[in-house]
Amino acid sequence: MKAFEPQIIAFCCLNCAYSAADLAGSLRLQYAPNVRIVEMPCTGAIDHRVLLQAFEEGADGVFVAGCLEGDCHYLQGNTRAEKRVKALQKILDETGLGGERLEMFNLSTAMGARFAQIANEMTERIRLLGPSPLKSKPKGGGPG
Amino acid sequence: MIIAEQKPLKEVADFIKDCNKVLVAGCGGCVTVCLSGGEKETEILASALRIKRRIEGKPLETVTYTATRQCDPEFIEAMESVVRDVDAVISLACGVGPQYLAERYQDKPVYPALNTKFAGGSRTHGVWEEYCGLCGDCILHRTGGICPVIRCPKSILNGPCGGSQNGKCEIGQEVDCVWQLIHDRLKRLGRLDLLKEIAPLKDWSKSRDGGPRRMTREDVMI
Repeated sequence: MKAFEPQIIAFCCLNCAYSAADLAGSLRLQYAPNVRIVEMPCTGAIDHRVLLQAFEEGADGVFVAGCLEGDCHYLQGNTRAEKRVKALQKILDETGLGGERLEMFNLSTAMGARFAQIANEMTERIRLLGPSPLKSKPKGGGPG
Repeated sequence: MIIAEQKPLKEVADFIKDCNKVLVAGCGGCVTVCLSGGEKETEILASALRIKRRIEGKPLETVTYTATRQCDPEFIEAMESVVRDVDAVISLACGVGPQYLAERYQDKPVYPALNTKFAGGSRTHGVWEEYCGLCGDCILHRTGGICPVIRCPKSILNGPCGGSQNGKCEIGQEVDCVWQLIHDRLKRLGRLDLLKEIAPLKDWSKSRDGGPRRMTREDVMI
């Protein structure tokens, strides 16, 4: 049987985490190839529904990566995103999927090594949790 | 506006445990403004229900629809095509919405996704407070625009009571003594004389006495 390779979606702020991922690449840092990055103008633009959709469409784990606390280019986008992630973790717990499959991280543009570390940490976390329980279950129909 | 909050997911999921396809119906009125039953919350609830049911091995199909208002027959009527094909309707309106739906769609089970809390407004983002007790006989003209009927835990009409200390109510330090607020406001307006008028016993017959209330206006009837 093929070993489980987690599929992880990372919603990354253009001003920090996305650039940090870019830097990780420029530095030729090795990190888990399981992470698919979605560029955001700011993590404050993240919507509960988009995160839920990622899980419904098959993600095993999702993380949101924004600027360091106090460094948001839009002042409070990252702290607002963190609140939404927490609220959604609770919802995911209630559904049985598990809130630990979703996480929020904070880092700066210069933290390429930290991005690689986050990607590895999250991949390991999801590897231990196993595949999303939604993967083996058929859908009941499309979103309304 | 009417303030409502969502029921726990499990409670809503239990309502529809035997259904295969449900309509999750939001409302564009008060519950959109208080962020508990608008289009966004409707889609989040539908998604959470689908995820829960898929994990349980009983996939659920959802249809979402947000009515302009669920407290007007014309908007309930407009939902017919989406109500027709579902096993049940989950309403994210205040307590009025599920009743309008149940009345119009007699053969369709209708379940509430919200607990209706009170009539009030937002203090800041994410905080709502009760401001109106819907008593049917407004006395705000006597109280500086501050309602003691609902904002005083004892509904005292000639306050304050002995539990008022340093501007706070005896039930909790986070609750302002509304009679302190009324006094301060009337003082600012130079109308402390209003406090010398003893309010008579309140006529509660205009409130919940006598069953459900009804208001009619002949001039707007068609």
